[in-house]
Amino acid sequence: MILNDNSKARIRERVGLYPRHKSAILPALTIAYHQVGHLNDEVYKEIAKIIKVPYVEVAEAATFYTMFPKEPVGKYLIQVCHNISCALLGADSLVEYLEQKLDIKKGETTKDNLFTLVTVECLGSCATAPMMQINQDYYENLTREKVDRILEELRVKG
Amino acid sequence: MFYSPVRTNAAEVAQSEKLHLFRFVEDPEQVKIDIYETHGGYKAWKKALTSMKPAEIIDEIKKSGLRGRGGAGFPAGMKWSFIPKDSPKPRYLICNADESEPGTCKDRVLMERDPHAVIEGMAIAAFAIGCHRMFIYIRGEFNHSIDRMQAAVKEAYEKGHLGKNVYGSGYDLDMVVHSGGGAYICGEETALLNSLEGERGMSRIRPPFPAIEGLYACPTIVNNVETLASVPHVINHGADWYKTLGTEKSPGSKIFSLSGHVKQPGNYEVELGFNLKKLIYDPAYGGGIRGDKKVKGVIPGGSSTPFLTADMLDVSLDYESLAEAGSMLGSGAVIVFHEDTCIVWVILKLIHFYRHESCGKCTPCREGTGWLEQIIRRIEQGKGKPGDVELIEDVCGNILGRTICPLGDAAVMPIQSAIKNWRDEWQYHIDNKKCLVKTGFEFK
Repeated sequence: MILNDNSKARIRERVGLYPRHKSAILPALTIAYHQVGHLNDEVYKEIAKIIKVPYVEVAEAATFYTMFPKEPVGKYLIQVCHNISCALLGADSLVEYLEQKLDIKKGETTKDNLFTLVTVECLGSCATAPMMQINQDYYENLTREKVDRILEELRVKG
Repeated sequence: MFYSPVRTNAAEVAQSEKLHLFRFVEDPEQVKIDIYETHGGYKAWKKALTSMKPAEIIDEIKKSGLRGRGGAGFPAGMKWSFIPKDSPKPRYLICNADESEPGTCKDRVLMERDPHAVIEGMAIAAFAIGCHRMFIYIRGEFNHSIDRMQAAVKEAYEKGHLGKNVYGSGYDLDMVVHSGGGAYICGEETALLNSLEGERGMSRIRPPFPAIEGLYACPTIVNNVETLASVPHVINHGADWYKTLGTEKSPGSKIFSLSGHVKQPGNYEVELGFNLKKLIYDPAYGGGIRGDKKVKGVIPGGSSTPFLTADMLDVSLDYESLAEAGSMLGSGAVIVFHEDTCIVWVILKLIHFYRHESCGKCTPCREGTGWLEQIIRRIEQGKGKPGDVELIEDVCGNILGRTICPLGDAAVMPIQSAIKNWRDEWQYHIDNKKCLVKTGFEFK
């Protein structure tokens, strides 16, 4: 079993909120993603069992949404917005800076499995650009100094 | 402390007799229900539920001229009136908080800093259409907005603004905070319905329109966060008051998300009809262009709206004036770029987004956005071929108006506009295999 009791209880609680069970699929995927860090077939099967829908319906929905990584990622998933508002304020150079700091290329994970770096589509933080999301948190109005500090803090935290 | 450090003009709004959406967004206590109530919160909901008939509420909203703030600008009251009066099925109200059009970051502020205003607007709308279970669909990355809304909903239940027999009226109203999957397409209302039903977020063919057959094939109204947050003010002060704001055909106030090469990006609530040049240059808002460079172009209403060129900035920000200028008010996301910006590079950024966000249902959009990205990328990389501009125009022509939902149109309109306004620059890029202006923006 991958999902812990807390996640399962939270998913069950969601099911009760909708006239049809199937509506709980996305919230369930989100709960699972936040616990596990990525999604896979095993997770879909467990969710399907809790929500009482066929496995394929969970997998079908999950594979549509790129917000959920389908492969394991580092402990900290760094998602840099590279759309127009962020790009105008240097999102491309932010990605290069992170590549250099972490010694990986976009799409890769550091050897210690701590950081994965990806670019994503607009995160709705356009007036506080450039920005990145790390796991569930937004980091906005980024500067080199801020990025250095954030990475250092996460490294210390491990 | 606020979760998002985004700049707002709340101080100006607090001084104003008329602006209202941002009055308390710089008050960290506003998220608490007691403070919201002290500031006059939930009065409109109580008034609507205990002293107005649903038809009266719909009439008031119709009379106010409030139009959808999510992008399409459809009159909100008219939308509500499409709910069939005799349907035995349950009715649903959904607040669309899948904010993801590049440039748009206003709904997030409302949810994070004034969540009860969203709940109150939703409750009034729900009662007006006879809905007993309403949903807010929040994009999945907005974890903080989701938490804030969930906490606010819990408080609203505890204080009796939601739940069974609200204010002793006999009316039951439940609210569910739903976390979405972060897909842009789910901001399109029929894709949102599919997504909320646990399906892949693909658009549905209309008709039937959601007001007739929406969520679970029941009558459903989908409204944007800002639209609904405006509703309590209309109910409190009346449609006539609301119409004293803005222009005759575009009444009210609107939040503009100002981003890009301005000195002070931020979210600014102004009356509709506000001057774009003032928004960009006034020290109270954008404060001018970084490095005091010249404006090259502006996207006035989110990434799907056609460009305005530097000579067109003296325009009113309202639905009619922007349409006259050949663009759209859209979601009110004003993206500004200066003279050192390559237009091919801008378009590459945009088309990459649309290709990624196309749901894949309609062939012209699914295939066309992919081809467009390939062609535009090769031009941007200095590998453009003679005839590429015409090829882009041809592909655009085969997407526009040929898809179920507006995503295809949204992908095409800025491209067509960029070619129309800067055709020489596209040709220069192809002929000389490089940018006419050097783009390369460093972050600080």
